[in-house]
Amino acid sequence: MIKLEQITKQFRLSNRTLTAVDAVDLEIREGEIFGIIGYSGAGKSTLIRMLNGLEKPTGGRVTVNGMEMSSISGADLRKARQKVSMIFQHFNLLWSRTVAENIAFPLEIAGVNKAEREPRVRELIRLVGLEGREDAYPSELSGGQKQRVGIARALANEPDVLLCDEATSALDPETTDSILDLLTDINKRLNLTIVLITHEMHVIRKICHRVAVMEAGRVVEMGDVLQVFRSPQQPITKRFVSQVTESPDVKQAISQLVRENPDGTLIRLGFVGERTGEPVLARLIRTFDIDVNILQANVSQTHGGTFGSIILNLVGDEPAVAEAVEFLHSEGVETEVIERD
Amino acid sequence: MIEQLFPNVDWDKMWEATLETLYMTAVATLFTFLIGLVLGILLFLTGPRGIYQNRISNLITAAFVNIFRSIPFIILIILLIPLTKFLLGSIRGPNAALPALIIGSAPFYGRMVQIALAEIDKGVIEAARSMGATTWTIIRKVLLPESMPALISGITVTAIALVGYTAMAGIIGAGGLGNLAYLDGFQRSRTDVTIVATILILIIVFVIQWVGDLLVKRTDKR
Repeated sequence: MIKLEQITKQFRLSNRTLTAVDAVDLEIREGEIFGIIGYSGAGKSTLIRMLNGLEKPTGGRVTVNGMEMSSISGADLRKARQKVSMIFQHFNLLWSRTVAENIAFPLEIAGVNKAEREPRVRELIRLVGLEGREDAYPSELSGGQKQRVGIARALANEPDVLLCDEATSALDPETTDSILDLLTDINKRLNLTIVLITHEMHVIRKICHRVAVMEAGRVVEMGDVLQVFRSPQQPITKRFVSQVTESPDVKQAISQLVRENPDGTLIRLGFVGERTGEPVLARLIRTFDIDVNILQANVSQTHGGTFGSIILNLVGDEPAVAEAVEFLHSEGVETEVIERD
Repeated sequence: MIEQLFPNVDWDKMWEATLETLYMTAVATLFTFLIGLVLGILLFLTGPRGIYQNRISNLITAAFVNIFRSIPFIILIILLIPLTKFLLGSIRGPNAALPALIIGSAPFYGRMVQIALAEIDKGVIEAARSMGATTWTIIRKVLLPESMPALISGITVTAIALVGYTAMAGIIGAGGLGNLAYLDGFQRSRTDVTIVATILILIIVFVIQWVGDLLVKRTDKR
């Protein structure tokens, strides 16, 4: 569906060349929700803009639905853009138009006549749940409602691909979830391929099928969301995963406990899918002569299944602790020893 | 009563002068609006980070705007006498003032248009491009409607400045209230004529400002 081959984008600044995107290869399948996560400046924003030709790569090839976005221009590019639509962090609605007129805008661009525009706009308003707000101006809407208008507008020309540029970053957590539910719903209902960029692991966890992690213009890790959550490889990926699995309070509590219990080994256990239900811990406590202190435990729901994590402090003889860690390994539990600073 | 307060005022002449001022202001404002829009859009599109970024045409337009913006109006009128003669075959009457009025104020308004367009959220323009809009569609359906309140308040300020310019245009015999106040009022020491002409000019200015404010309020949905 979407194929990026050795995509590079360089910006010439006054005194140096900035490589925003560095030789990225990606393949995104039809009908999937693909997330790209990275901190600001990682190049994800530039990358997503090359999918609809708002930015031209300085090297490599972008193909979307058989169209080579990186080489077409003029009328061909404008035509192609009608099938690769986009929603934005700050919604980018025209304040001079009502909700209905904003949604009609892409239809006007596509040359749809007025008689056909009206029923289509009504249908879209119903799809995003904004009945009764047709004649409101954007300034009268909440952030979540504005993004719903943005989504309706993006769907007007029945696109094949929807690009989401930090679409929930300006929204509060509750509204974020309702927008994510709407995106999941239209992904299923219209079999729409969705590519989203974000810096929030929560968004990836909640709706994405696959994820790519970007750092300094490169994709450093990629895979199924559940896989990445279970065993993140790169330090940056581990940091993103801990956004969801560790709250700041817990981090504080852990450092507090570390200070209070200078001895003992801190370990993090990861459970996936059915394993979350097995009594591994009970067996650990019964089998080994050590004290097990549970510092934190939680279960996260991802698109592909359940993911649980527990942080333990094991206190006892060093050989016994080592044996206990070995036991957890043999039980197929992801185990990671947390280093003391 | 009115006869006693303003003994020297010839009301027919005053009415005629008022109409001349209104005519000059209205026609000059219309052309200033159109030419200023074109200049402002050109400056915006060819400017740094514009859609048609082009140093050379931006420099030429900017130079044109800056030169005509900085020539004092009274000098511009005199400089333009040959052009006016060529265009209209005469340098007398309200029409004769129009070339100088328009050339004097269109570049000024052009700058205001450019500033108004620069205030538009770049994200909205990007959104229109992402939908496959042509530049012409972006101008018509994004740039102009989204900057309309600023465009209107700009043309209001310009129209009021034009009322003042029409008074100066009196020196080349263009007529109008300024001309009447100068010739009949000042030169013949009939203060009442000057006062009435001034009051009428004030009324015109207030009405323009009121209409402008009303339109800004109507178009601003932010």
